[in-house]
Amino acid sequence: MALDDIYKEVILDHYKNPRNKRPLERATVSCTRNNPLCGDEITVLANVEDGTLREVAFQGAGCSISQASASMMTEAVAGRPVEEALDLAAAFRGMMAGEVEPTEERFGDLVALKGVVRYPIRIKCAVLAWDVLQESLAGDGEATATSIH
Amino acid sequence: MAVTEGAAAETLDVERVRADFPILAREVNGRPLVYLDSAATSHKPQRVIDAVADFYARHNANAHRGIHTLGEEATELYEDARARLARFFGAPAPETIVFTRGTTESINLVAQGWGRTVLREGDEILLTEMEHHSNIVPWQMTVEVTGARLRYIPLTDDGLLDLSGLDALLTERTKVLGVTGMSNALGTITPLAELIAAAHAVGAVVVVDAAQLAPHHAIDVAALDVDFLAFSGHKMLGPTSSGGLYGKAELLERMAPMLGGGEMISEVFHDHATYKSPPYRFEAGTMEVAEQVGLGAAVAYLQELGMDAVRAHERAITAYALERLAEAGATIYGPTDPAIRGGAVSFWYKDVHPHDLAQILNEEGVAIRAGHHCAQLVMRRYGTPATARASFYVYTTTQEIDALIAALATAEAIFA
Ligand SMILES: Cc1ncc(COP(=O)(O)O)c(C=O)c1O
Repeated sequence: MALDDIYKEVILDHYKNPRNKRPLERATVSCTRNNPLCGDEITVLANVEDGTLREVAFQGAGCSISQASASMMTEAVAGRPVEEALDLAAAFRGMMAGEVEPTEERFGDLVALKGVVRYPIRIKCAVLAWDVLQESLAGDGEATATSIH
Repeated sequence: MAVTEGAAAETLDVERVRADFPILAREVNGRPLVYLDSAATSHKPQRVIDAVADFYARHNANAHRGIHTLGEEATELYEDARARLARFFGAPAPETIVFTRGTTESINLVAQGWGRTVLREGDEILLTEMEHHSNIVPWQMTVEVTGARLRYIPLTDDGLLDLSGLDALLTERTKVLGVTGMSNALGTITPLAELIAAAHAVGAVVVVDAAQLAPHHAIDVAALDVDFLAFSGHKMLGPTSSGGLYGKAELLERMAPMLGGGEMISEVFHDHATYKSPPYRFEAGTMEVAEQVGLGAAVAYLQELGMDAVRAHERAITAYALERLAEAGATIYGPTDPAIRGGAVSFWYKDVHPHDLAQILNEEGVAIRAGHHCAQLVMRRYGTPATARASFYVYTTTQEIDALIAALATAEAIFA
Protein backbone atom coordinates (compact mmCIF):
# COMPACT_ATOMS: atom_id res chain seq x y z
CA MET A 1 0.00 0.00 0.00
CA ALA A 2 1.45 3.33 -0.95
CA LEU A 3 0.59 6.90 -1.53
CA ASP A 4 -2.17 6.12 -3.98
CA ASP A 5 -4.05 4.57 -1.15
CA ILE A 6 -3.58 7.24 1.41
CA TYR A 7 -3.91 10.17 -0.93
CA LYS A 8 -6.85 8.84 -2.81
CA GLU A 9 -8.62 11.33 -4.95
CA VAL A 10 -11.41 11.59 -2.43
CA ILE A 11 -9.00 12.85 0.21
CA LEU A 12 -7.38 15.34 -2.11
CA ASP A 13 -10.78 16.53 -3.24
CA HIS A 14 -11.94 17.20 0.30
CA TYR A 15 -8.57 18.80 1.11
CA LYS A 16 -8.62 21.15 -1.85
CA ASN A 17 -12.36 21.87 -1.71
CA PRO A 18 -13.30 21.43 1.92
CA ARG A 19 -17.03 21.17 2.61
CA ASN A 20 -18.62 23.27 5.33
CA LYS A 21 -15.40 25.09 6.14
CA ARG A 22 -16.92 28.35 7.32
CA PRO A 23 -18.13 30.21 10.37
CA LEU A 24 -21.52 29.15 11.70
CA GLU A 25 -23.43 32.01 13.22
CA ARG A 26 -26.22 29.88 14.59
CA ALA A 27 -23.81 27.45 16.26
CA THR A 28 -25.02 26.24 19.63
CA VAL A 29 -21.87 24.28 20.37
CA SER A 30 -18.24 24.73 19.36
CA CYS A 31 -14.86 23.52 20.45
CA THR A 32 -11.24 24.12 19.42
CA ARG A 33 -8.38 21.72 19.86
CA ASN A 34 -4.90 21.27 18.54
CA ASN A 35 -2.77 18.35 17.56
CA PRO A 36 0.32 18.58 19.78
CA LEU A 37 2.34 16.72 17.19
CA CYS A 38 2.13 19.47 14.61
CA GLY A 39 0.30 22.37 16.21
CA ASP A 40 -2.58 22.12 13.74
CA GLU A 41 -5.78 23.54 15.14
CA ILE A 42 -9.38 22.68 14.32
CA THR A 43 -12.62 24.26 15.48
CA VAL A 44 -15.86 22.36 15.04
CA LEU A 45 -19.13 24.28 15.18
CA ALA A 46 -22.59 22.77 15.24
CA ASN A 47 -26.16 23.88 15.48
CA VAL A 48 -27.97 21.34 17.64
CA GLU A 49 -31.76 21.49 17.82
CA ASP A 50 -33.99 18.91 19.46
CA GLY A 51 -31.10 16.47 19.78
CA THR A 52 -30.22 16.69 16.10
CA LEU A 53 -27.18 18.19 14.41
CA ARG A 54 -28.90 20.59 12.05
CA GLU A 55 -25.71 22.13 10.67
CA VAL A 56 -22.05 21.29 11.17
CA ALA A 57 -19.05 23.34 10.07
CA PHE A 58 -15.34 23.50 10.81
CA GLN A 59 -12.50 25.98 10.70
CA GLY A 60 -8.74 25.84 11.04
CA ALA A 61 -5.72 24.72 9.10
CA GLY A 62 -3.92 21.44 8.84
CA CYS A 63 -2.53 18.65 6.74
CA SER A 64 -4.52 16.90 4.05
CA ILE A 65 -5.54 14.09 6.38
CA SER A 66 -6.88 16.27 9.18
CA GLN A 67 -8.63 18.67 6.80
CA ALA A 68 -10.18 15.97 4.64
CA SER A 69 -11.33 14.05 7.68
CA ALA A 70 -12.98 17.19 9.09
CA SER A 71 -14.63 17.97 5.78
CA MET A 72 -16.01 14.44 5.37
CA MET A 73 -17.13 14.42 8.97
CA THR A 74 -19.27 17.52 8.57
CA GLU A 75 -21.06 15.86 5.66
CA ALA A 76 -21.41 12.53 7.44
CA VAL A 77 -22.96 13.83 10.65
CA ALA A 78 -25.07 16.78 9.49
CA GLY A 79 -28.79 16.05 9.89
CA ARG A 80 -28.17 13.15 12.23
CA PRO A 81 -29.28 12.77 15.85
CA VAL A 82 -26.46 13.43 18.33
CA GLU A 83 -26.47 9.76 19.40
CA GLU A 84 -25.88 8.60 15.84
CA ALA A 85 -23.12 11.12 15.31
CA LEU A 86 -21.39 9.91 18.45
CA ASP A 87 -21.79 6.30 17.32
CA LEU A 88 -20.19 7.16 14.01
CA ALA A 89 -17.35 8.92 15.84
CA ALA A 90 -16.77 5.77 17.88
CA ALA A 91 -16.92 3.61 14.75
CA PHE A 92 -14.49 5.90 12.93
CA ARG A 93 -12.08 5.67 15.81
CA GLY A 94 -12.49 1.90 15.64
CA MET A 95 -11.66 1.94 11.93
CA MET A 96 -8.51 3.94 12.70
CA ALA A 97 -7.58 1.37 15.33
CA GLY A 98 -8.03 -1.36 12.73
CA GLU A 99 -10.89 -2.83 14.78
CA VAL A 100 -13.91 -1.86 12.71
CA GLU A 101 -14.32 -3.06 9.14
CA PRO A 102 -14.04 -0.08 6.76
CA THR A 103 -17.20 -0.60 4.76
CA GLU A 104 -18.63 1.80 2.23
CA GLU A 105 -22.17 1.37 3.64
CA ARG A 106 -21.18 2.48 7.08
CA PHE A 107 -18.59 5.12 6.31
CA GLY A 108 -19.28 6.48 2.84
CA ASP A 109 -16.42 8.74 1.66
CA LEU A 110 -14.67 8.22 4.97
CA VAL A 111 -13.43 4.78 3.87
CA ALA A 112 -10.88 6.69 1.83
CA LEU A 113 -9.06 7.31 5.11
CA LYS A 114 -8.59 3.63 5.88
CA GLY A 115 -5.05 3.70 4.47
CA VAL A 116 -4.03 5.99 7.33
CA VAL A 117 -4.12 2.99 9.66
CA ARG A 118 -0.76 2.04 8.22
CA TYR A 119 0.80 5.28 9.44
CA PRO A 120 0.24 5.28 13.20
CA ILE A 121 1.62 8.77 13.71
CA ARG A 122 -0.99 10.21 11.36
CA ILE A 123 -3.99 8.54 12.94
CA LYS A 124 -3.98 11.52 15.30
CA CYS A 125 -4.44 13.81 12.29
CA ALA A 126 -7.40 11.76 11.07
CA VAL A 127 -9.22 11.63 14.40
CA LEU A 128 -8.59 15.23 15.42
CA ALA A 129 -11.86 16.62 14.04
CA TRP A 130 -13.80 13.71 15.56
CA ASP A 131 -12.28 14.37 18.96
CA VAL A 132 -13.31 17.98 18.69
CA LEU A 133 -16.83 17.03 17.62
CA GLN A 134 -17.19 14.67 20.55
CA GLU A 135 -15.87 17.24 22.95
CA SER A 136 -18.20 19.93 21.68
CA LEU A 137 -21.22 17.63 22.02
CA ALA A 138 -20.16 16.62 25.51
CA GLY A 139 -19.67 20.21 26.61
CA ASP A 140 -22.23 22.69 27.83
CA GLY A 141 -22.33 24.54 24.56
CA GLU A 142 -19.70 27.08 25.49
CA ALA A 143 -16.72 27.53 23.21
CA THR A 144 -13.71 25.83 24.75
CA ALA A 145 -10.05 25.57 23.87
CA THR A 146 -8.13 22.58 25.07
CA SER A 147 -5.48 20.38 23.59
CA ILE A 148 -5.35 16.63 23.32
CA HIS A 149 -3.28 14.77 25.96
CA MET B 1 41.16 9.01 8.75
CA ALA B 2 38.58 10.63 6.56
CA VAL B 3 40.14 14.07 6.46
CA THR B 4 41.89 15.81 3.61
CA GLU B 5 43.61 19.16 3.70
CA GLY B 6 41.76 21.95 1.94
CA ALA B 7 43.12 25.33 0.98
CA ALA B 8 40.87 27.39 3.26
CA ALA B 9 39.75 24.88 5.84
CA GLU B 10 40.13 21.18 6.32
CA THR B 11 37.29 19.39 4.58
CA LEU B 12 35.79 15.99 5.11
CA ASP B 13 36.09 13.12 2.70
CA VAL B 14 32.38 12.43 2.98
CA GLU B 15 32.45 9.13 1.10
CA ARG B 16 34.98 7.77 3.56
CA VAL B 17 32.96 9.10 6.47
CA ARG B 18 29.84 7.41 5.11
CA ALA B 19 31.60 4.06 5.00
CA ASP B 20 31.89 4.27 8.80
CA PHE B 21 28.08 4.39 9.24
CA PRO B 22 26.48 1.00 8.59
CA ILE B 23 22.89 2.31 8.63
CA LEU B 24 23.57 4.48 5.58
CA ALA B 25 23.68 1.31 3.48
CA ARG B 26 20.03 0.49 4.09
CA GLU B 27 17.08 1.14 1.87
CA VAL B 28 13.70 2.66 2.69
CA ASN B 29 10.72 1.89 0.46
CA GLY B 30 13.09 0.40 -2.10
CA ARG B 31 15.21 3.55 -2.29
CA PRO B 32 18.57 4.31 -0.73
CA LEU B 33 18.04 5.99 2.62
CA VAL B 34 18.49 9.77 2.44
CA TYR B 35 18.64 10.71 6.10
CA LEU B 36 18.05 14.43 6.59
CA ASP B 37 16.99 14.33 10.23
CA SER B 38 20.27 14.47 12.12
CA ALA B 39 19.09 17.40 14.25
CA ALA B 40 16.59 14.97 15.80
CA THR B 41 19.25 12.33 16.29
CA SER B 42 22.46 11.49 14.47
CA HIS B 43 23.51 8.09 13.21
CA LYS B 44 26.35 6.19 14.87
CA PRO B 45 29.64 5.15 13.34
CA GLN B 46 30.66 1.50 13.65
CA ARG B 47 33.25 2.56 16.18
CA VAL B 48 30.59 3.76 18.61
CA ILE B 49 28.47 0.66 18.09
CA ASP B 50 31.59 -1.44 18.71
CA ALA B 51 32.48 0.49 21.86
CA VAL B 52 29.06 -0.24 23.35
CA ALA B 53 29.12 -3.89 22.24
CA ASP B 54 32.67 -4.31 23.53
CA PHE B 55 31.71 -2.85 26.87
CA TYR B 56 28.99 -5.45 27.32
CA ALA B 57 31.01 -8.28 25.79
CA ARG B 58 34.18 -7.75 27.80
CA HIS B 59 33.98 -5.20 30.62
CA ASN B 60 30.40 -5.09 31.84
CA ALA B 61 30.06 -4.19 35.51
CA ASN B 62 28.58 -1.35 37.50
CA ALA B 63 30.82 1.71 37.65
CA HIS B 64 32.17 2.92 41.00
CA ARG B 65 31.01 -0.24 42.80
CA GLY B 66 33.01 -3.43 42.55
CA ILE B 67 36.53 -4.10 43.76
CA HIS B 68 36.78 -6.82 41.14
CA THR B 69 38.52 -6.50 37.80
CA LEU B 70 35.43 -5.93 35.68
CA GLY B 71 34.23 -3.26 38.08
CA GLU B 72 37.56 -1.50 37.81
CA GLU B 73 37.59 -1.73 34.03
CA ALA B 74 34.03 -0.42 33.75
CA THR B 75 34.85 2.47 36.08
CA GLU B 76 37.97 3.30 34.14
CA LEU B 77 36.15 3.33 30.80
CA TYR B 78 33.37 5.50 32.26
CA GLU B 79 35.85 7.98 33.72
CA ASP B 80 37.93 7.96 30.53
CA ALA B 81 34.81 9.05 28.66
CA ARG B 82 34.32 11.89 31.16
CA ALA B 83 37.93 13.02 30.75
CA ARG B 84 37.62 12.92 26.97
CA LEU B 85 34.45 15.02 27.08
CA ALA B 86 36.21 17.51 29.35
CA ARG B 87 39.04 17.86 26.80
CA PHE B 88 36.58 18.05 23.92
CA PHE B 89 34.79 21.00 25.53
CA GLY B 90 37.92 22.69 26.87
CA ALA B 91 36.75 22.11 30.46
CA PRO B 92 39.37 22.67 33.16
CA ALA B 93 38.83 19.29 34.85
CA PRO B 94 36.90 16.04 34.31
CA GLU B 95 35.00 16.75 37.55
CA THR B 96 33.25 19.67 35.86
CA ILE B 97 31.42 17.23 33.57
CA VAL B 98 28.29 15.65 35.05
CA PHE B 99 26.90 12.70 33.14
CA THR B 100 23.17 12.94 32.34
CA ARG B 101 20.80 11.43 29.78
CA GLY B 102 21.20 14.54 27.68
CA THR B 103 20.25 18.19 27.33
CA THR B 104 16.77 17.89 28.80
CA GLU B 105 18.00 16.24 31.96
CA SER B 106 20.96 18.63 32.21
CA ILE B 107 18.77 21.74 32.04
CA ASN B 108 16.30 20.27 34.53
CA LEU B 109 19.21 19.61 36.85
CA VAL B 110 20.36 23.23 36.66
CA ALA B 111 16.83 24.67 36.88
CA GLN B 112 16.06 22.58 39.96
CA GLY B 113 19.37 21.97 41.66
CA TRP B 114 20.80 25.42 41.13
CA GLY B 115 17.72 27.52 40.25
CA ARG B 116 15.59 26.48 43.20
CA THR B 117 18.50 26.94 45.58
CA VAL B 118 19.40 30.41 44.43
CA LEU B 119 16.37 32.12 42.90
CA ARG B 120 13.99 34.29 44.93
CA GLU B 121 10.88 36.32 44.27
CA GLY B 122 11.78 39.40 42.23
CA ASP B 123 14.62 37.61 40.42
CA GLU B 124 14.39 37.21 36.68
CA ILE B 125 15.25 34.40 34.33
CA LEU B 126 15.94 35.64 30.81
CA LEU B 127 15.37 33.18 27.98
CA THR B 128 15.01 33.64 24.23
CA GLU B 129 12.02 32.98 22.02
CA MET B 130 14.08 30.53 19.98
CA GLU B 131 14.57 28.08 22.85
CA HIS B 132 13.62 24.42 22.58
CA HIS B 133 10.89 23.50 25.08
CA SER B 134 13.56 21.81 27.16
CA ASN B 135 15.10 25.22 27.91
CA ILE B 136 11.71 26.76 28.74
CA VAL B 137 9.57 24.29 30.66
CA PRO B 138 12.15 23.42 33.38
CA TRP B 139 12.44 27.16 34.10
CA GLN B 140 8.67 27.54 34.24
CA MET B 141 8.65 24.78 36.85
CA THR B 142 11.33 26.64 38.80
CA VAL B 143 9.33 29.86 38.57
CA GLU B 144 6.32 28.13 40.14
CA VAL B 145 8.37 27.16 43.17
CA THR B 146 10.55 30.26 43.58
CA GLY B 147 8.35 33.14 42.43
CA ALA B 148 11.07 34.32 40.06
CA ARG B 149 9.89 35.73 36.76
CA LEU B 150 10.50 34.70 33.13
CA ARG B 151 11.41 37.15 30.41
CA TYR B 152 12.26 36.54 26.77
CA ILE B 153 14.61 38.03 24.20
CA PRO B 154 12.45 38.44 21.07
CA LEU B 155 13.34 37.45 17.50
CA THR B 156 13.82 39.54 14.40
CA ASP B 157 11.87 38.85 11.22
CA ASP B 158 14.89 37.08 9.72
CA GLY B 159 15.33 34.62 12.56
CA LEU B 160 17.98 36.28 14.72
CA LEU B 161 17.86 37.27 18.37
CA ASP B 162 16.66 40.86 18.55
CA LEU B 163 19.25 42.35 20.89
CA SER B 164 18.16 45.96 20.39
CA GLY B 165 16.30 45.97 23.72
CA LEU B 166 18.81 43.84 25.61
CA ASP B 167 19.71 46.57 28.10
CA ALA B 168 16.13 46.68 29.34
CA LEU B 169 15.83 42.89 29.52
CA LEU B 170 19.18 42.08 31.08
CA THR B 171 19.36 43.96 34.37
CA GLU B 172 20.62 43.44 37.89
CA ARG B 173 17.39 41.50 38.52
CA THR B 174 18.46 38.91 35.93
CA LYS B 175 19.98 35.92 37.72
CA VAL B 176 19.98 33.47 34.81
CA LEU B 177 20.34 33.81 31.08
CA GLY B 178 19.26 30.62 29.31
CA VAL B 179 20.18 30.59 25.63
CA THR B 180 20.64 28.05 22.87
CA GLY B 181 23.95 27.95 21.00
CA MET B 182 22.11 27.00 17.84
CA SER B 183 18.37 26.89 17.23
CA ASN B 184 17.00 23.52 16.16
CA ALA B 185 14.00 25.23 14.54
CA LEU B 186 15.71 28.10 12.70
CA GLY B 187 19.33 26.99 12.46
CA THR B 188 20.44 30.34 13.92
CA ILE B 189 23.82 30.37 15.66
CA THR B 190 23.62 32.84 18.55
CA PRO B 191 26.38 35.32 19.51
CA LEU B 192 27.31 33.45 22.69
CA ALA B 193 30.49 35.35 23.57
CA GLU B 194 28.67 38.68 23.40
CA LEU B 195 25.68 37.41 25.40
CA ILE B 196 27.85 35.80 28.06
CA ALA B 197 29.86 39.00 28.54
CA ALA B 198 26.66 41.06 28.81
CA ALA B 199 25.12 38.62 31.31
CA HIS B 200 28.24 38.51 33.45
CA ALA B 201 28.34 42.29 33.50
CA VAL B 202 25.05 42.23 35.47
CA GLY B 203 26.04 39.19 37.51
CA ALA B 204 23.78 36.65 35.77
CA VAL B 205 24.72 33.00 35.32
CA VAL B 206 24.58 31.72 31.74
CA VAL B 207 23.11 28.33 30.86
CA VAL B 208 23.82 27.32 27.26
CA ASP B 209 21.77 24.68 25.47
CA ALA B 210 24.42 23.16 23.22
CA ALA B 211 22.29 20.27 21.94
CA GLN B 212 22.64 21.51 18.35
CA LEU B 213 25.87 23.48 18.60
CA ALA B 214 28.07 20.79 20.13
CA PRO B 215 27.71 18.29 17.27
CA HIS B 216 28.98 20.78 14.68
CA HIS B 217 31.19 23.35 16.36
CA ALA B 218 34.31 23.41 18.46
CA ILE B 219 33.30 24.72 21.87
CA ASP B 220 35.78 25.95 24.47
CA VAL B 221 33.85 26.46 27.70
CA ALA B 222 36.83 28.06 29.44
CA ALA B 223 37.46 30.60 26.68
CA LEU B 224 33.71 31.34 26.43
CA ASP B 225 33.55 31.64 30.22
CA VAL B 226 30.15 29.90 30.10
CA ASP B 227 28.69 28.86 33.47
CA PHE B 228 26.65 25.80 32.50
CA LEU B 229 26.54 24.01 29.15
CA ALA B 230 24.14 21.16 28.36
CA PHE B 231 24.66 18.63 25.56
CA SER B 232 23.11 15.45 24.13
CA GLY B 233 25.32 12.55 23.10
CA HIS B 234 22.80 11.10 20.66
CA LYS B 235 22.97 14.18 18.44
CA MET B 236 26.77 13.98 18.20
CA LEU B 237 27.24 10.38 17.03
CA GLY B 238 26.85 8.89 20.51
CA PRO B 239 24.25 6.49 21.94
CA THR B 240 20.78 7.58 23.10
CA SER B 241 20.70 8.51 26.80
CA SER B 242 24.30 9.66 26.75
CA GLY B 243 25.23 13.27 27.40
CA GLY B 244 26.00 15.65 30.16
CA LEU B 245 26.33 19.01 31.76
CA TYR B 246 29.43 21.14 32.08
CA GLY B 247 29.36 23.44 35.09
CA LYS B 248 31.92 25.74 36.65
CA ALA B 249 33.32 24.01 39.72
CA GLU B 250 32.17 26.67 42.16
CA LEU B 251 28.61 26.55 40.78
CA LEU B 252 28.43 22.75 40.85
CA GLU B 253 29.65 22.94 44.43
CA ARG B 254 26.59 25.06 45.37
CA MET B 255 24.12 23.02 43.33
CA ALA B 256 21.69 20.64 45.07
CA PRO B 257 21.16 17.16 43.61
CA MET B 258 17.95 16.44 41.72
CA LEU B 259 17.90 12.73 42.53
CA GLY B 260 18.85 11.10 45.80
CA GLY B 261 19.97 7.51 46.16
CA GLY B 262 22.92 5.20 45.87
CA GLU B 263 26.40 6.38 44.96
CA MET B 264 25.66 10.10 45.34
CA ILE B 265 26.10 10.07 49.12
CA SER B 266 29.01 10.29 51.40
CA GLU B 267 27.24 9.06 54.53
CA VAL B 268 23.62 8.25 55.35
CA PHE B 269 22.03 8.63 58.79
CA HIS B 270 18.44 8.07 59.94
CA ASP B 271 17.35 11.61 59.26
CA HIS B 272 19.81 13.01 56.76
CA ALA B 273 22.70 12.26 54.47
CA THR B 274 25.83 14.00 53.35
CA TYR B 275 26.57 14.14 49.68
CA LYS B 276 29.60 13.40 47.59
CA SER B 277 31.32 16.24 45.82
CA PRO B 278 30.53 17.01 42.18
CA PRO B 279 30.11 15.41 39.74
CA TYR B 280 29.20 12.25 41.72
CA ARG B 281 26.62 14.10 43.85
CA PHE B 282 24.53 14.38 40.69
CA GLU B 283 24.91 10.81 39.47
CA ALA B 284 22.50 8.86 41.67
CA GLY B 285 21.82 5.21 41.03
CA THR B 286 23.18 3.09 38.22
CA MET B 287 24.17 5.37 35.38
CA GLU B 288 24.18 4.87 31.61
CA VAL B 289 27.66 3.41 31.72
CA ALA B 290 27.78 1.71 28.32
CA GLU B 291 26.15 4.73 26.68
CA GLN B 292 28.63 7.21 28.10
CA VAL B 293 31.49 4.93 27.08
CA GLY B 294 29.96 4.99 23.59
CA LEU B 295 29.83 8.78 23.73
CA GLY B 296 33.53 8.81 24.58
CA ALA B 297 34.15 6.86 21.36
CA ALA B 298 31.91 9.28 19.42
CA VAL B 299 33.86 12.27 20.65
CA ALA B 300 37.15 10.56 19.78
CA TYR B 301 35.79 10.05 16.26
CA LEU B 302 34.77 13.72 15.98
CA GLN B 303 38.19 14.80 17.25
CA GLU B 304 39.85 12.75 14.54
CA LEU B 305 37.63 14.29 11.87
CA GLY B 306 38.52 17.67 13.35
CA MET B 307 35.76 20.02 14.48
CA ASP B 308 36.91 22.69 12.03
CA ALA B 309 36.38 20.25 9.18
CA VAL B 310 33.02 19.18 10.65
CA ARG B 311 31.87 22.80 10.75
CA ALA B 312 33.25 23.55 7.28
CA HIS B 313 31.27 20.62 5.88
CA GLU B 314 28.10 21.69 7.68
CA ARG B 315 28.47 25.18 6.32
CA ALA B 316 29.09 24.04 2.75
CA ILE B 317 26.23 21.56 2.67
CA THR B 318 23.88 24.10 4.29
CA ALA B 319 24.82 26.74 1.71
CA TYR B 320 24.09 24.23 -1.06
CA ALA B 321 20.76 23.20 0.47
CA LEU B 322 19.63 26.81 1.01
CA GLU B 323 20.44 27.62 -2.60
CA ARG B 324 18.63 24.58 -4.01
CA LEU B 325 15.59 25.03 -1.77
CA ALA B 326 15.27 28.69 -2.71
CA GLU B 327 15.54 27.80 -6.40
CA ALA B 328 12.80 25.21 -5.94
CA GLY B 329 10.50 27.86 -4.47
CA ALA B 330 10.61 26.86 -0.80
CA THR B 331 10.12 29.46 1.92
CA ILE B 332 12.99 29.33 4.41
CA TYR B 333 12.51 30.11 8.11
CA GLY B 334 15.64 31.50 9.71
CA PRO B 335 18.76 33.27 8.48
CA THR B 336 19.94 32.57 4.95
CA ASP B 337 23.61 33.40 5.52
CA PRO B 338 25.44 30.09 6.11
CA ALA B 339 28.07 31.94 8.16
CA ILE B 340 25.63 32.55 11.00
CA ARG B 341 23.58 29.41 10.87
CA GLY B 342 23.90 25.66 11.10
CA GLY B 343 22.55 22.74 9.13
CA ALA B 344 18.97 22.54 10.37
CA VAL B 345 16.86 24.14 7.66
CA SER B 346 13.17 24.79 8.33
CA PHE B 347 10.95 25.46 5.34
CA TRP B 348 7.53 25.30 3.73
CA TYR B 349 7.37 23.99 0.23
CA LYS B 350 4.66 25.74 -1.78
CA ASP B 351 1.40 25.02 0.04
CA VAL B 352 2.16 21.44 0.93
CA HIS B 353 1.60 20.89 4.63
CA PRO B 354 4.81 19.63 6.34
CA HIS B 355 3.10 16.40 7.42
CA ASP B 356 2.03 15.62 3.90
CA LEU B 357 5.45 16.57 2.61
CA ALA B 358 7.29 14.35 5.08
CA GLN B 359 5.08 11.42 4.21
CA ILE B 360 5.56 11.77 0.47
CA LEU B 361 9.31 12.26 0.88
CA ASN B 362 9.44 9.10 2.96
CA GLU B 363 8.01 7.17 0.03
CA GLU B 364 11.11 8.30 -1.85
CA GLY B 365 13.41 7.21 0.96
CA VAL B 366 13.99 10.79 2.12
CA ALA B 367 13.69 11.28 5.90
CA ILE B 368 12.89 14.79 7.10
CA ARG B 369 11.13 16.10 10.20
CA ALA B 370 7.74 17.81 10.18
CA GLY B 371 6.15 19.58 13.11
CA HIS B 372 6.81 22.32 15.61
CA HIS B 373 10.23 20.92 16.58
CA CYS B 374 9.53 21.50 20.28
CA ALA B 375 9.81 25.21 19.58
CA GLN B 376 6.25 26.51 19.66
CA LEU B 377 7.35 30.04 20.57
CA VAL B 378 9.25 30.11 17.28
CA MET B 379 6.28 28.74 15.33
CA ARG B 380 3.97 31.32 16.89
CA ARG B 381 6.44 34.13 16.19
CA TYR B 382 6.45 33.33 12.48
CA GLY B 383 2.75 32.49 12.30
CA THR B 384 2.90 28.84 11.30
CA PRO B 385 1.82 25.73 13.22
CA ALA B 386 4.63 23.64 11.78
CA THR B 387 7.52 23.54 9.35
CA ALA B 388 9.34 20.87 7.39
CA ARG B 389 12.97 20.58 8.46
CA ALA B 390 15.93 19.03 6.68
CA SER B 391 19.06 18.70 8.80
CA PHE B 392 22.57 17.62 7.95
CA TYR B 393 25.68 16.11 9.45
CA VAL B 394 29.12 14.79 8.60
CA TYR B 395 27.75 12.11 6.29
CA THR B 396 25.36 14.32 4.28
CA THR B 397 26.14 14.67 0.58
CA THR B 398 25.07 17.15 -2.09
CA GLN B 399 23.49 14.20 -3.92
CA GLU B 400 21.20 13.74 -0.93
CA ILE B 401 20.15 17.37 -1.16
CA ASP B 402 19.44 16.75 -4.84
CA ALA B 403 17.29 13.76 -3.89
CA LEU B 404 15.34 16.00 -1.50
CA ILE B 405 14.74 18.56 -4.23
CA ALA B 406 13.62 15.88 -6.68
CA ALA B 407 11.19 14.47 -4.10
CA LEU B 408 9.72 17.94 -3.56
CA ALA B 409 8.61 17.90 -7.16
CA THR B 410 6.73 14.64 -6.55
CA ALA B 411 4.91 16.27 -3.65
CA GLU B 412 4.00 19.23 -5.76
CA ALA B 413 2.62 16.98 -8.49
CA ILE B 414 0.26 15.37 -5.96
CA PHE B 415 -0.85 18.51 -4.17
CA ALA B 416 -0.65 21.22 -6.80
C1 LIG C 1 18.18 22.91 20.76
C2 LIG C 1 17.76 21.67 21.49
N1 LIG C 1 17.70 21.68 22.82
C3 LIG C 1 17.35 20.59 23.52
C4 LIG C 1 17.02 19.41 22.92
C5 LIG C 1 16.62 18.25 23.77
O1 LIG C 1 17.58 17.25 23.70
P1 LIG C 1 17.35 15.83 24.31
O2 LIG C 1 16.05 15.33 23.78
O3 LIG C 1 18.50 15.05 23.82
O4 LIG C 1 17.35 15.98 25.79
C6 LIG C 1 17.05 19.34 21.54
C7 LIG C 1 16.70 18.11 20.84
O5 LIG C 1 15.74 17.99 20.14
C8 LIG C 1 17.43 20.50 20.80
O6 LIG C 1 17.46 20.48 19.47
